[in-house]
Amino acid sequence: MADRPLPAADRPLPTAGRPLPTAGRAASGYADYSVGDPLADTRAPEGPVEQRWSTRRFQAGLVNPANRRKHTVIVVGTGLAGGSAGATLAEQGYRVVQFCYQDSPRRAHSIAAQGGINAAKNYRNDGDSVHRLFYDTVKGGDFRARESNVHRLAEISVQIIDQCVAQGVPFAREYGGLLDTRSFGGVQVQRTFYARGQTGQQLLLGAYQALSRQIAAGNVEMHTRTEMLDLIVVDGRARGIVARDLVTGEVSSHLADAVVLATGGYGNVFHLSTNAKNSNATAIWRAHRRGAYFANPCFTQIHPTCIPRSGEHQSKLTLMSESLRNDGRIWVPGTKGDSRGPERIPEHERDYYLERLYPSFGNLVPRDIASRAAKSVCDQGRGVGPGGLGVYLDFADAIARLGRAAVAERYGNLFEMYQRITGEDPYRVPMRIYPAIHYTMGGLWVDYDLQTTVPGLFAVGEANFSDHGANRLGASALMQGLADGYFVLPATLADYLARDPKQPPVTADHPEVASVVRETGERLGRLLAADGDRSPESFHREIGELLWEYCGMARDETGLRTALARIPRIREEFWRRVKVPGGGSELNQCLEQANRVVDYLELAELLCLDALHRTESCGGHFRVESQTPDGEAARKDDAFAYTAAWQYTGSGSAPVLHREQLDFSYVHPTQRSYA
Amino acid sequence: MNLTLRIWRQRDPAAPGAMVTYPVRDLSPDMSFLELLDVLNEDLITRGEEPVAFDHDCREGICGMCSLVINGQPHGPERTTTTCQLHLRHFADGQHIDVEPWRATAFPVVKDLVVDRSAFDRIIGAGGYITAPTGSAPEAHATPVPKPDADLAFEHAECIGCGACVAACPNGSAMLFTSAKITHLNTLPQGAPERESRVLDMVAAMDDEGFGGCTNTGACATACPKGIPLTSIATMNREFLRAARTKPAAARRH
Repeated sequence: MADRPLPAADRPLPTAGRPLPTAGRAASGYADYSVGDPLADTRAPEGPVEQRWSTRRFQAGLVNPANRRKHTVIVVGTGLAGGSAGATLAEQGYRVVQFCYQDSPRRAHSIAAQGGINAAKNYRNDGDSVHRLFYDTVKGGDFRARESNVHRLAEISVQIIDQCVAQGVPFAREYGGLLDTRSFGGVQVQRTFYARGQTGQQLLLGAYQALSRQIAAGNVEMHTRTEMLDLIVVDGRARGIVARDLVTGEVSSHLADAVVLATGGYGNVFHLSTNAKNSNATAIWRAHRRGAYFANPCFTQIHPTCIPRSGEHQSKLTLMSESLRNDGRIWVPGTKGDSRGPERIPEHERDYYLERLYPSFGNLVPRDIASRAAKSVCDQGRGVGPGGLGVYLDFADAIARLGRAAVAERYGNLFEMYQRITGEDPYRVPMRIYPAIHYTMGGLWVDYDLQTTVPGLFAVGEANFSDHGANRLGASALMQGLADGYFVLPATLADYLARDPKQPPVTADHPEVASVVRETGERLGRLLAADGDRSPESFHREIGELLWEYCGMARDETGLRTALARIPRIREEFWRRVKVPGGGSELNQCLEQANRVVDYLELAELLCLDALHRTESCGGHFRVESQTPDGEAARKDDAFAYTAAWQYTGSGSAPVLHREQLDFSYVHPTQRSYA
Repeated sequence: MNLTLRIWRQRDPAAPGAMVTYPVRDLSPDMSFLELLDVLNEDLITRGEEPVAFDHDCREGICGMCSLVINGQPHGPERTTTTCQLHLRHFADGQHIDVEPWRATAFPVVKDLVVDRSAFDRIIGAGGYITAPTGSAPEAHATPVPKPDADLAFEHAECIGCGACVAACPNGSAMLFTSAKITHLNTLPQGAPERESRVLDMVAAMDDEGFGGCTNTGACATACPKGIPLTSIATMNREFLRAARTKPAAARRH
């Protein structure tokens, strides 16, 4: 591989004799791309990795406290990253204008995170350190993250716990009054702080309360039930957003000196995911269309232990803690189409496939492997439950061995949740589980300062691609959101504002501003005018099912090309057949959804192209063509040790790939094995 | 299964509202109540009619966005269950179900089943926080917190801010919501410096927003999907009396 003149991805992809539809502009699409200039992060200083963040902070420009109130910063989103950023910037004296589509900043989907938050406190004296958290995160990300960023994240992790405790976050404590920690996600130290199964809720409420204090003090102008629909770029800099007041329907511009996107991930492009129903990709996709590169869209994470869909009506999926796999045994019937109930299938006719395929790790193989194996047995027609999309997670042995009381002690709340949703009692009947999309590692490309390729536009939390590489470790999403919002962004944003303090004022009548407002209004008008016969939801379901089939747990060239050929047709049909009742000047949830689906229909295409171009397997991205003889993911470091940052060139038009080569000076790439 | 829904439709805050009947057919008992509304709405949309507006987001019982008074009960008939986690298997085939918005003076209707709960945010803004600007925090282990206190704080911090307590209360009182936050923060040593101002300011904000007083019916705690105990109201009253007696108006920040 090393003697190849060019990495595999430099060669144009063959079109495989499958012509793309060319009928009409709207039906155009792409299955190819061009390669642009390489991209580099120029903001991380040189020098030892453990000194880079302190060096950067010292080099960064500062804004005099008296001048801060002259700067307006827009923050979109109020989850862990946005809430913490808005509160902190306002505390420092900036004028913050903040937005969320929900009725309150307290509802952002960070609230649903269950497990915990990692921090290298080493309170257990069990060998943890900043360096070990750094090492685990780079390795867990399958060597596709930037070392500088990950080290900074590990350094800041310890401050986050201090900050949250000071805010009154009720973390679990030991009887001595000190903080309790547990282990998580296969690492060998106990560094995960938690608040029962509601860690995300408690951390978010901490940030929300800090933000509420700033709203009450008049330092944050909060716009609830207001959704960002586009980005305003003037003279090459992000200067504001166009947003729709979801109650009155008014579309207007909001202007500032810088814009921060904290709008979360794009998992809902798959329609069914563990994301909140209204989480969406519009803010980051519109920013992408305005010049922000989109990095690694194919890096999506699938969680193996979700409650399966119960029918066509399914609107979202619910995750259950992976800890269930410690005592539950996963199986399916040994023969295809066995419709007997689980209690009537004798032991010798059951296939405990994980124990069979991975004898040493058994039911505890990593998330991606467990997910792919479940899909594989279901594809063979051996799945259970509605539609054959489920596998059993059986606690009968654990109950026999430990007793019902001990099982209830460990998993009681999860059993109760399962029973609430399915109506089945997991103490008597095996649970049914199936994998689901729940996190996206990809996102807007940002440099070390969390600035996108559009000057003045920053992206924090899940909205950016920065720290998790190709796979995120458990309990690291909360850590990253808060690190970005509380500690990184306030320093780097000040640098941006300090370097170029004299931006010409921009007003609502500026031609560029007026034109983005007009375009947004026209887009919504076009949706309202379409007189079709299909709901936006039906298109969302269609694109989601397509992605799940061809760009889900296992991806191959044929499937990805099929998806890339079909997406433009769905897009074309959308505009022909969508129906949005009601008007634009009122609360119109159907219009909100239709507009989000418009963006999914473009994002889906880039996601598939990225997956097609990356002919290696790594982390959450599994290419069937790239596996070891044992069926494990085979990375190709010679060709793909880079971040793929995509530049938008127009709807349905081939994008430009910019590569950011990754350098691993501290953690050397290794291949994992679980056989 | 088939159901007949009678749903409150109201075009905007100023318009008069009315219950409108919708038969919905071929439902699965495994659907959630919100998925039932999804099915109805998809049908309305394809017929070119306006769908029913309702608030929802996480659909796993934690964001607090969903509401709905179902057959007179906030979040429906199941205890400690939000509407998004309520499934149709708890209803009988052919049943008639009334679906209404939260009804309270302080929660005006925005449209159909959507209400304005921003008063809750303003109560939190009045004092439902611990002042700890980013960067100012001491080492987390500098102040141990006895486990019973930490657990008590957590139980009250579980509130999801949905407003079912207000909808259930014959007085439209927000005392369970407000007292949950006061109990959470006033129980912790980190909350001590603002203990008095917090309760005085939050209670004043609650009154300003037009919420009613408490007459100990306990409807709030029965309706609460997170099981916030009624005792938290007693805690708030005690904190209030203590603050009002020892540190009168001077302690208030707002």
